[in-house]
Amino acid sequence: MTEAAIEAMQFRQAETSAVRVRRRYAAERRFRFYGVLAISVAVLMLALLLATIVSKGYGAFVQTEITIDINFDSAVIDPAGTLDPAVLATADYAKLIKEALYAQFPEATSRGDKRALYDLVSTGASYELQKMVLTDPSLIGKTQPVTLTASDDVDMLNKGYMSRSGVEAERRLNDKQVGWIDGLAAKGLVSTALGTAFLTHGDSREPEQAGVWGAVVGTVFTMLVTLLMTLPLGVATAVYLEEFAPKNRWTDLIEININNLAAVPSIVFGLLGLAVFLNFFGLPRSAPLVGGMVLALIVLPTIIIAGRAAIKAVPPSIREAALGVGASKLQVVTHHVLPLAMPGILTGTIIGMAHALGETAPLLMIGMVAFIVDIPGGITDAATVLPVQIYIWADSPERAFVERTSAAIMVLLAVLLVMNGLAILLRRQFERRW
Amino acid sequence: MNLSTGMTAMTAAVHREDAAVTAKISAKDVNVYYGDKHALKHVTIDIRPQEVTAFIGPSGCGKSTFLRCINRMNDVIDSCRVDGRIAIDDQDIYDKSLDVVQLRARVGMVFQKPNPFPKSIYDNVCYGPRIHGIGNGKTELDEIVQKSLERAGLWNEVKDRLQQPGTGLSGGQQQRLCIARAIAVNPEVILMDEPCSALDPIATARVEELIDELRENFTIIIVTHSMQQAARVSQRTAFFHLGILVEQGDTEQIFTSPRDERTQGYITGRFG
Repeated sequence: MTEAAIEAMQFRQAETSAVRVRRRYAAERRFRFYGVLAISVAVLMLALLLATIVSKGYGAFVQTEITIDINFDSAVIDPAGTLDPAVLATADYAKLIKEALYAQFPEATSRGDKRALYDLVSTGASYELQKMVLTDPSLIGKTQPVTLTASDDVDMLNKGYMSRSGVEAERRLNDKQVGWIDGLAAKGLVSTALGTAFLTHGDSREPEQAGVWGAVVGTVFTMLVTLLMTLPLGVATAVYLEEFAPKNRWTDLIEININNLAAVPSIVFGLLGLAVFLNFFGLPRSAPLVGGMVLALIVLPTIIIAGRAAIKAVPPSIREAALGVGASKLQVVTHHVLPLAMPGILTGTIIGMAHALGETAPLLMIGMVAFIVDIPGGITDAATVLPVQIYIWADSPERAFVERTSAAIMVLLAVLLVMNGLAILLRRQFERRW
Repeated sequence: MNLSTGMTAMTAAVHREDAAVTAKISAKDVNVYYGDKHALKHVTIDIRPQEVTAFIGPSGCGKSTFLRCINRMNDVIDSCRVDGRIAIDDQDIYDKSLDVVQLRARVGMVFQKPNPFPKSIYDNVCYGPRIHGIGNGKTELDEIVQKSLERAGLWNEVKDRLQQPGTGLSGGQQQRLCIARAIAVNPEVILMDEPCSALDPIATARVEELIDELRENFTIIIVTHSMQQAARVSQRTAFFHLGILVEQGDTEQIFTSPRDERTQGYITGRFG
């Protein structure tokens, strides 16, 4: 080639090379931009979700209360003067509240009006009085202002969710009731306070008495059963399939089946639980034991698959070094392979347990959709779990259950965070060694 | 006497000389198959005690395969099949009744790439003694760890940081740690599969010094690609080529006057 031709070729190369470099930088910038865009969208969705839930739900933690003067009439509570707890417990405390209310609003004379007046306080208010007297019997005979929980309709009115206008017959509170509440509010007797009822009570038909604690305990028991069943079984299966099983057609078949089980819709496992655990084995319906077993079946394939991947990732040089020093196969697995595979196994566990925490359909099949008021004491007591509780409340007609549903979702997310936090802490312990 | 009878006489003399020393490890007609591939063919060799024997040969000639047969590390490879007899102290190691874990405690191994456990230096060395029940109690284990690290020439460098991870050491130090780990269980034989190939010359020199010191108490077999290393370090050498043990004998004799022309070709660099 001639000098000029070579020079021209070099110039063209330099030119195209500069263009290539510019294009490469532009492509890299675009790629980074897409990544940032994707993350921003994800974060935005998450923020939107959390904001919606929290804004709808925080109200459930605040309870409207009414303060009225109650006369702890000994004639009603303890006519014989025995101070016997059995007598004190069965006294008609509702009468005390009614008398106090009628005294406050003497214009309520008809039966309908009187009933409407009593409807302003919660049905559980009489139990609140009962508890006060049982803890402190010296109250008998005194008259003092007592703060009682208001009914859910008053609560909704106070928080502004109930309209004061509109056709009276369509509203939950008639005009007279609204007037009475306004009268009490004018005297400063209507207040809001941080209600602990939501976090300490079990479920109830009355929204102001309904709490999420029963569902939380049920969830904790169910998760415990699931974890205790699925982690040892899953890890042992993964270890056996990776380390000890011969590589033949049977093990291939098993691997295919496990991978397929991970994709089975969870309600099928619910049907299995119903048919085998409840009908065949006769285990108690709606118990965390059965719920835990069903969820364990759902989570098991995830843990086995993650466990196998983690064990496969342990370098063979470590195994050979351990064998060379004279460790048996079992010692190699327990002393070297498993500790190194633990972070991967724990990641699989986190994913599986988070999946199990939110499962509702299979648990409905085994009866956890029942209305359970008592806090479960053990894994064989009837219980409900948080997702099912949310589902039941979402279906309820009372307006107050709307904010309680969102609040229950907040509690579910909190439980999830605690569970994952513990697992991540545990994983960090193992990761540091490597 | 013509050349051939002279050669025969000399071979016979050498064999008689070999027979006089009782072999630590004796292999007779060993064949190794990887599936259908015949990797080692009719290998017969005697390894003498308290000596360093070097296996040399071009890549893929089967020397590492044979080394791994001696402590039955080939058992972990599913497709590998070993025929023939390998005996240590006259005991067939492929006998069905032999416990392979005990065998590996008597025959230690050091690998090509240093592979310390991801544990502390102390735990690396005391793992072997602990699982074999050598040394109970902290003081005994401390002693074993110190002695092994001293013999491996690593004690002075790590005595202040025994609890730090073994993976944090340099390449040469890691390999010496692996040697310390191997000798901590007090084996009779140490197998070394190209122990210096991943190390720099200075670390290599230290490991070779170490091998010379260890020779007094252990029987050592070293596989090496470097003929200079084999000449420096070993007393006996065996040359492998394409799965066949071509020649074995005293190192000096192999490198100065090899009997087989293939050996001659390899050591003069004509191939391999």
